Amino acid sequence: MTTDTPHIAPTFDREIEALLAQLVLMSGLVERALVDSATALEAQDTAAAERLIAADKAIDALDEQINLDAAGLIARRGPTASDLRLILAVMRTSASLERMGDLAKNVAKRTLPLAQARQVEGATGTIRRMAKLVAVMLEEAMRALTRKDAKLAAEVRGRDVDIDQIYNTLFRSLLTHMLENQANITPSMHLHFIAKNIERAGDHATGIAEQAIYLATGRMPEEARPKADFPLSPKGMG
Amino acid sequence: MTEISAGAGSLFEVDARTRRRNAAETRFRLYGMAAVATGILALVFLLVSILGNGLSSFRQTGIELQVALDAAALDKTGNRNAQEMKKVTTVGYGKIIGAALVDGLAKAGIDTSDLTDKQVAALLSDEAPRRLRDMVLADPSLVGRTVPFTALASGRVDGFLKGRVTMESAKLDSNISPEQLAVVQAMKDHGMLALSFNPSFFTNADASELRPEAAGLGVAMLGSLYMMMIVLVLSLPIGVAASIYLEELAPQNRWTDIIEVNISNLAAVPAIVYGILALALFINFIGLPQSAPIVGGLVLTLMTLPTIIIATRAALKAVPPSIRDAALGVGASRMQTIFHHVLPLAMPGILTGTILGLARALGESAPLLLIGMVAFVKDYPAAPPQGFMQPASALPVQVYQWTQRADPAFVERASGAIIVLLVFLIAMNATAILLRRRFERRW
Amino acid sequence: MNIMQTPVIDAAVLKPRIAASGVQVHYGTNHALKDVSVDILDRTTTAFIGPSGCGKSTFLRCLNRMNDTVASARVEGKILLDGQDIYDRRVDPVQLRARVGMVFQKPNPFPKSIYDNVAYGPRIHGLARTRADLDEIVEVSLRRAALWNEVKDRLSAPGTGLSGGQQQRLCIARAVATGPEVLLMDEPCSALDPIATAQVEELIDELRERYSVVIVTHSMQQAARVSQKTAFFHLGNLVEYGDTQQIFTNPQDPRTESYITGRIG
Repeated sequence: MTTDTPHIAPTFDREIEALLAQLVLMSGLVERALVDSATALEAQDTAAAERLIAADKAIDALDEQINLDAAGLIARRGPTASDLRLILAVMRTSASLERMGDLAKNVAKRTLPLAQARQVEGATGTIRRMAKLVAVMLEEAMRALTRKDAKLAAEVRGRDVDIDQIYNTLFRSLLTHMLENQANITPSMHLHFIAKNIERAGDHATGIAEQAIYLATGRMPEEARPKADFPLSPKGMG
Repeated sequence: MTEISAGAGSLFEVDARTRRRNAAETRFRLYGMAAVATGILALVFLLVSILGNGLSSFRQTGIELQVALDAAALDKTGNRNAQEMKKVTTVGYGKIIGAALVDGLAKAGIDTSDLTDKQVAALLSDEAPRRLRDMVLADPSLVGRTVPFTALASGRVDGFLKGRVTMESAKLDSNISPEQLAVVQAMKDHGMLALSFNPSFFTNADASELRPEAAGLGVAMLGSLYMMMIVLVLSLPIGVAASIYLEELAPQNRWTDIIEVNISNLAAVPAIVYGILALALFINFIGLPQSAPIVGGLVLTLMTLPTIIIATRAALKAVPPSIRDAALGVGASRMQTIFHHVLPLAMPGILTGTILGLARALGESAPLLLIGMVAFVKDYPAAPPQGFMQPASALPVQVYQWTQRADPAFVERASGAIIVLLVFLIAMNATAILLRRRFERRW
Repeated sequence: MNIMQTPVIDAAVLKPRIAASGVQVHYGTNHALKDVSVDILDRTTTAFIGPSGCGKSTFLRCLNRMNDTVASARVEGKILLDGQDIYDRRVDPVQLRARVGMVFQKPNPFPKSIYDNVAYGPRIHGLARTRADLDEIVEVSLRRAALWNEVKDRLSAPGTGLSGGQQQRLCIARAVATGPEVLLMDEPCSALDPIATAQVEELIDELRERYSVVIVTHSMQQAARVSQKTAFFHLGNLVEYGDTQQIFTNPQDPRTESYITGRIG
């Protein structure tokens, strides 16, 4: 996966490849978890939600294994320069992915009570779109990481603001729902937390993109990422 | 592909290849031992032959006499003045000793009827009167008394006691007759003469052909000593300095290469060539006295120099460059590095090489023969530095000289001299080994 | 907090002790060092790293003119020690070497007593007038080399009787005894076991407070542990010179990156 010249010790290259393979596997599982949890939410499929909650264990196990292997690599190989940055980036990305997995699990958890409650028009559809966007962000952030592509990573980083704006819109509409009818409050609150989780997942995906930039250039990106997550108060809503 | 492995059969079974190899190694070991045995055998043969011939030279036959020192003959003025008594030559003393012997024989009851007095006196060495004279002149108060004196017996008598001369050979010998030998035998039976340790072998100068019993190594040893002193004083500093220059200070170019090659060649030049050089340069051109230790010392120096230079260079090379680097790194100059660090460490090698060179020089005879040390030298050279200019002999040359003489007694003397020479050589080599061991412990 | 204690690069605080510019070295026809320019800062440990034959040892030996002992060596360029060109014709290399000390790869104490080993330099440079002065210099040097407590009872014992690590510290004491400004170390730990290596590395950190230390090493971990500035040599060129932290986390030149991470080419 790395496009650098090989190490004089090919075993070292193989160990790094194995580590990255595990990371990519983990990110695939997280992508699936995000999309599937949103789909299960929309379809009110509690059985699928239960399965998703159980499947999070696999993600956690991968995180643990990656940390162990990374520690072993540091102890045995004493990596420096780009190798060191790679190992550090892998460890931080694994932590982000594990959080993202937890966030997807929380979405699935909230699907269960939501299946009983009143439906909010169009919310789950928006949420599914959000989740899909985050999954794409994650996929591209991972590609930027494995290819050490700083440009792609910067571009992914810029898309976080879109996720934020979708969240803001959804927040305002949920607020409106809650103000309309008190009976909507419970489901709306659940939906809000779900949306927040997805937005947080987007932040983590952005973090992975920033690790990719650190790996490629040796420096964390200086400018703060563009954010828009404090929604304006609905002035015109009374 | 089938695995190729040497571990097929049992370890306890020896295969044919191993057996053949072991046999070859055992044979080789036997060849080595045979070679060593051959060397040792040759050495033993040499030693036995030399010791057999030479040991007897350390003992000499002496005749116990009671000598009446007749004042009338020896001290005409009656003053007991040594200066005046010197006028009496050995002839006078000879008469006195001859008389003492005749008396002694009569007192012992030995029948000397078939011999004339002169023949009886011939049993004594011509050296004996001189010894008596020296004794009297040293202590004039002895005159007038009868003193015990051990007189040196003649060479033939000595030979008889040592087995060289027999009744058979005496019949053909002009210097001794069987009748004389009969008397000698009787004297021996009576205890009048006996073999005893002979320190004069070391202190006497060389004697003429007629008196092998009086020949000694004194002058030769002194001459060798003087020459060794000269060789040591000259060759060690010059050799070491030349070596240091070549090894440490000279630029590495073609000239120094040529010099190095030639020094190695010089070490292999036959010694006699040095002798010719000495003859032409020191004696003819410079005009140094012939047969003097100074010339011998100079020519031996020239011979020893290449050996010392080569040994010193090897010793200097053996000092590890890390010591030099360390000294330079601390800020020592090249000369300080050489004198404070390299030279002390090279000392064992230098000393060993010097002593071995000296040992070789001690035993060299060819160049000394050419510069005239074959001459018969009777008097001791004086103390240095004048002694260096006076004629002397050298141990190996003395050996050569004595072997040239007809009297078989000189064969015994020559072997004795060889023994002395060997003792010195062994002592020098032992010193070299001891010194090397002692210095090697240091680092 | 800067745990590496990397000095903030302030030209007024850490001036260069040695300033080399345009240094070229030829061994006969072999162009061993090509146009090397680098500053060795005061009270800093500078590490020279690079593959075999890259010129780092050659450059080190230029700094105290040890290359003078190699007949075929030709040095061009300027090397200034405190502003004075050490290759000027008026400079005596012997005096220079009292100010720029050297420690070698294999510990090489003189076959003399420990005292005489340390005292030799001050003696030949006339640094001590009395025996008491000399005693003090020896004690101070042995303390600075972290060896005093181990040998103070046996100063007359031979220097070659010490262990490897102790011998190397003795060589360090010997080098500091002449009161140098710069200490050059040519792979000082390569012949030592890990414990002795760690002791010497710790010692280098203490020495840094008083001297400029330049260390040539094959071990990149050692260079990373011990130095504040690192210079990477390759095929006779000085490829990169910078803060050790930066060289080992984010080197600028791809050749440096390849060498440090153990890559081919």
